[in-house]
Amino acid sequence: MAAVKETVDQVRAIDVDQYKYGFETEIESELAPKGLDEDTIRFISAKKNEPEWMLDWRLDAYRRWLTMEEPSWARVSYPKIDFQDLYYYAAPKTTPAPKSLDEVDPELLRTYEKLGIPLKEQAVLAGVEGAKIAVDAVFDSVSVVTTFREELSKHGIIFCSISEAMREHPELVKKYLGTVVPVTDNYYATLNSAVFSDGSFVWIPEGVRCPMELSTYFRINEKKTGQFERTLIIAEKGSYVSYLEGCTAPQRDENQLHAAVVELVAMEDAEIKYSTVQNWYPGDKDGRGGIYNFVTKRGDCRGARSKISWTQVETGSAITWKYPSCILRGDDSKGEFYSIAVSNGHQQVDSGTKMIHLGKNTSSRIISKGISAGKSQNTYRGQVKVNRKADGARSFTNCDSLLIGHDCGAHTVPYLESANPRAKVEHEATTSKISDDQLFYCISRGLPTEEAVALIVNGFVRDVLQQLPMEFAVEAQKLIGVSLEGSVG
Amino acid sequence: MLEIKNLHAEIEADGREILRGLDLTVKAGEVHAIMGPNGAGKSTLSHVLAGKPGYKVTDGSATLDGVDILDMDPAMRAATGVFLAFQYPVEIPGVGNMTFLKAALNSQRKARGEGEISTPDFMRLVRTEAGKLKITQDMLKRPVNVGFSGGEKKRNEILQMAILQPKLCILDETDSGLDIDALKVVSEGVNALRSPDRAFVVITHYQRLLDHIRPDVVHVLSKGRIVKTGGPELALELEAKGYADFVDEAA
Ligand SMILES: Nc1ncnc2c1ncn2[C@@H]1O[C@H](COP(=O)(O)OP(=O)(O)O)[C@@H](O)[C@H]1O
Ligand SMILES: [Mg+2]
Repeated sequence: MAAVKETVDQVRAIDVDQYKYGFETEIESELAPKGLDEDTIRFISAKKNEPEWMLDWRLDAYRRWLTMEEPSWARVSYPKIDFQDLYYYAAPKTTPAPKSLDEVDPELLRTYEKLGIPLKEQAVLAGVEGAKIAVDAVFDSVSVVTTFREELSKHGIIFCSISEAMREHPELVKKYLGTVVPVTDNYYATLNSAVFSDGSFVWIPEGVRCPMELSTYFRINEKKTGQFERTLIIAEKGSYVSYLEGCTAPQRDENQLHAAVVELVAMEDAEIKYSTVQNWYPGDKDGRGGIYNFVTKRGDCRGARSKISWTQVETGSAITWKYPSCILRGDDSKGEFYSIAVSNGHQQVDSGTKMIHLGKNTSSRIISKGISAGKSQNTYRGQVKVNRKADGARSFTNCDSLLIGHDCGAHTVPYLESANPRAKVEHEATTSKISDDQLFYCISRGLPTEEAVALIVNGFVRDVLQQLPMEFAVEAQKLIGVSLEGSVG
Repeated sequence: MLEIKNLHAEIEADGREILRGLDLTVKAGEVHAIMGPNGAGKSTLSHVLAGKPGYKVTDGSATLDGVDILDMDPAMRAATGVFLAFQYPVEIPGVGNMTFLKAALNSQRKARGEGEISTPDFMRLVRTEAGKLKITQDMLKRPVNVGFSGGEKKRNEILQMAILQPKLCILDETDSGLDIDALKVVSEGVNALRSPDRAFVVITHYQRLLDHIRPDVVHVLSKGRIVKTGGPELALELEAKGYADFVDEAA
């Protein structure tokens, strides 16, 4: 039970404020002029030395966005966002586009060190001997460094920032960008298409099994700045990659907007495993501040027998609006969604997945664990859709909610649509409370209250934690413990 | 070892007094049986001693080796040596039985200022004690009490007791729901734990448990007080005549 112990020790070590990533980095930034118009987009595109077609693509998205309405169907509420009161581009002045670690501003390196993110190219993450993790570090609107690039390129793998990919590999970007999440997809995705700043690009060549974990760490630092990252991962025939995304932000009274788009493409027999540990600043105990996390993530199982698996541990953000999805296009392709969503304080979570079965014998598996505490609201929203031609499609959903305390809410909103009578679609849902009897049972055996809660919660989320790469599972378990601090007694 | 004096306790929610001036002294090495009609307050007594929320002690005291336990939080009571084998053990999904045992043992050791037990030592301890109670590897790996039969749950309670090595063991109707074979296994487990520096309070309705776990003293609890105390023969008398006589006495 080392992890539970660590959870508890960590909880104890934190005093008033639970969010340990809330510090701010003192660094001079270059900002785009406040507000959003076509000039803002030209500014961003110019900063990134983008090809002309990319600017046109952005402008086209912007013009569409102007005609769209902000969606209101999610079970979240927040004051109207003033899109003219935001900065759409912020980059550290010192490190516009570094080539290697030595060129990165030491202040930035210290920031990532403080966040516990390994930027040195050596065995990383405490306790995991020899595990290598390549990192793309995105600070506000720019990628500041990407590690292990040389080693990866020996395998023909491309791992770099998307800005760089646009310049160095335009043919790949042009071929895939916007093919999974179209420019017109939804309000935030369209906004992202217009103003996206940076993010990661991954291309795994045919038959290659990526020899290490790839990861991107997103950090919002600048005030009044929106972060609009864009990630594109392509796994060619028979390849495999495991990718992890992490995110944190300083503690501020204002709400900050984060509207990302992630697109995954898996060709024949390829597999992509995408894990997220989302820990944006959640706001304070009175619900002031915190990130609005409005994200569109979608994977396309384009080839036969391909597989895409989303695993997410969501503990941060004031509002989360996020539905990582799979389009199961290839015959015999598989989609998976494993989620732990923890909400405490005044957090609002509306998250889930979409599994769209198009190919024959496609299968999907959804395991969602929602934990609500404090005054938070936690909604699972999931869609399973089976196309008429998807013979032999199978889908299984298990959706469990755990309530801690009396002032929080858990909601389950499943949408099942099957146009194929032979498809097998199953859905299970439970809602439970940590019962006083369970708690007393643990405590009467000598476990202090917080440790008892951590133990029960870890039991509840166990099947999902097992899906995370081992080194991150421990981290995620700790995070869940910290997020639930003060939720009992 | 255990000294209860004039204990009064009520249900917090409605203020109903359940324990009404209960006195009980249990010396180290002894086994005391507590019998009594349904609703007499037997489980309440066990809960109040273990520190379950929902009860309010309004008068009296309870000490373990001279130390007041009613002031301690329940986790501290456990570390001090109080153990309650529950009448209805709770299920904890997803938490492995071994994981739970180890977390509990280490928490208690930590509270007492001792170091953590090493994994090999712990494994050895569990293997030995589980063997005695006919608890399989599979049961050790499964989540705490989830899908266990009634008998397995009770055996699991005794396993926890054997691992945690408490000073005072309170067994609340551990015999209920057990068939004769399971009763034997559980009783042997308890008997193996009898020692000169450990005391037992065994709550039961039936003589058949006391055939296996021989008590030194038998008490009758009625309407929140001990109304009669005697030797093992008292249990036989109760079995033959029922509680009627004592209940009237108390009235
Ligand atoms: N938590 C509780 N809430 C309400 N009533 C309770 C609670 N615990 C015990 N009681 C009541 O207290 C009385 C004694 O119960 P209990 O101690 O369980 O008796 P016994 O174990 O001797 O059968 C009963 O009337 C029971 O209903
Ligand atoms: Mg009882």
